[in-house]
Amino acid sequence: MSTVAPPPTDAVDPVDEADEGLAIARKRASEGRRAEQRLGLMLCAPAVLVMLTVAAYPILYAIYLSFFKADLRQPDANEFVGLSNYVTVLSSPIWWTSFGVTMFITVIGAAAELVLGMLLAIVMHRTIVGRGLVRTSALVPYAIVTVVAAFSWRFAWTQGIGWLAGDGAPLTDRWPSIWIIILAEVWKTVPFMALLLMAGLALVPEDLLKAASMDGASAWQRFWKVTVPLIKPSILVALLFRTLDAFRVFDNIFVLTSGSNETSSVSMVAYNNLIRGLNLGIGSTMAVLIFLTTAIIAFLFVKLFGAAAPGGSEKR
Amino acid sequence: MTAVTVTPQRRIGWSVANVVVLLYAFVPIVWIISLSLKGDDTLNDGNYLPLNPTSEAYTQIFSNTDFVRALVNSIGICLIATGIALLLATMAAYAIARLDFPGKQAIVATSLLISMFPQIALVTPLFKIETAIGIFDTWPGLILPYITFALPLGIYTLSAFFREIPWELEKAAQMDGATPYQAFRRVIAPLALPGVFTTAILVFIACWNDFLFAISLTSTNSARTVPAAMSYFTGATTFEKPTAAIAAAAVVITIPIVLFVLFFQRRIVAGLTSGAVKG
Repeated sequence: MSTVAPPPTDAVDPVDEADEGLAIARKRASEGRRAEQRLGLMLCAPAVLVMLTVAAYPILYAIYLSFFKADLRQPDANEFVGLSNYVTVLSSPIWWTSFGVTMFITVIGAAAELVLGMLLAIVMHRTIVGRGLVRTSALVPYAIVTVVAAFSWRFAWTQGIGWLAGDGAPLTDRWPSIWIIILAEVWKTVPFMALLLMAGLALVPEDLLKAASMDGASAWQRFWKVTVPLIKPSILVALLFRTLDAFRVFDNIFVLTSGSNETSSVSMVAYNNLIRGLNLGIGSTMAVLIFLTTAIIAFLFVKLFGAAAPGGSEKR
Repeated sequence: MTAVTVTPQRRIGWSVANVVVLLYAFVPIVWIISLSLKGDDTLNDGNYLPLNPTSEAYTQIFSNTDFVRALVNSIGICLIATGIALLLATMAAYAIARLDFPGKQAIVATSLLISMFPQIALVTPLFKIETAIGIFDTWPGLILPYITFALPLGIYTLSAFFREIPWELEKAAQMDGATPYQAFRRVIAPLALPGVFTTAILVFIACWNDFLFAISLTSTNSARTVPAAMSYFTGATTFEKPTAAIAAAAVVITIPIVLFVLFFQRRIVAGLTSGAVKG
């Protein structure tokens, strides 16, 4: 970005304004600038329009619906109920159980992904044999359809079919199920984490590590004292992305347990209320609450850890 | 590379690490492939590898009209959504990377907000809106939300790529009398193609992967994509479990993606990490 010449219009010195030639040049430049602005807006308009219609409008509509009693089985019985949907959801043990499950999966999952992602990133970055092979295969879990991977894990633990099943049926018990869900999530998303971290690792100057090594720092010390501080921005961005994503966990739970034995995530519960229960009011209320939670998580990340939002770092 | 001495021990150490990575990546994949190749007689033996591989399950799913239909839906919907999203994202990303205009930051912020938005929150109102205007359970009913969540990804990745393009060429074209639009179409677009192509792969993978919208916004096989259809598979009889059929379907929809990844590994890595660290 630094190579970009600034738009010429503002650079004109007011003292020279009397200069006729310059005034013409300036007029021409400002016409060019207006054309640039017009083109910019025109090029963005379709994308913005689609995003507003298919995302922003439904979001507002969900907020609106959350204040109504809206049940698709009784389409004419819509009535304004104020905050009563929120009271219903927030006093429901089902909601809080699923909220707890989601939080647990998010926190444990993101932590495990960070550790394993870092290990994978180091292997991909440093390995001296078969680097291309490792980098390519590590991408496979990222690209696999989540549902496919989920079925693979489910069958692996299905009694009588699976190679991991043995005598037990872990997917019929609550805690084993939750751990399997976390495993499935972590397996799928470690490569994404690793790639973001690896991009950070590539920016650590080799000389700095060598200097530290000459000063007698062990590999462990070099990692914590040199590498980690330098790649902190990458770590935070990767964690932020993954946390927000993990909070939306749905596919894996749907396939692995369908939410039985109190393993539902908040997305599962909202889905059940909406598609199975056809209760739009309650479903929308949950959607709004999930959105608020996500917003709070993002806010905390940015405020507490100073994670630079990717958009923010794109500025000149 | 640097002049680190490569001792045999280091070589062995890294080889072990590599093997661990390969096992991690491929064990679940090989398992689902092996399951799809098991016949009725060996399905319940719990073996990791099939003893008598058979292609029965594949014959079964390809003669199943629901699956074939779902495959057509998946391919069609994802290609159309990727195409449209890419066109819109390219235009917007070009403007964001290259032009100065009011509201630019707001557009970047909005698209970022949408990409972080919990999708289930969109499903609820979209379900209601789509039933009201009659596109529920149709191709457009899935294409629209796919475009929407593909746009932030596309805009973000593409604008990172576009920043790398040499500016001077566009300026030179404009000095030779090209309008900004011509400069875009004739000079920048060809240079931008690799980035556009990478983004296309990422967007396609994202659409191909979707399950939540696919299962919430469809009710019959007229628009249901494979990930959603798989969870509705039933056996030939009520007593027969569709395990092998599900596994076969899983393998079928995995193959194109794995091929993509193998061929375009470098590009995908570049695309996924393009914006995240350059800050």
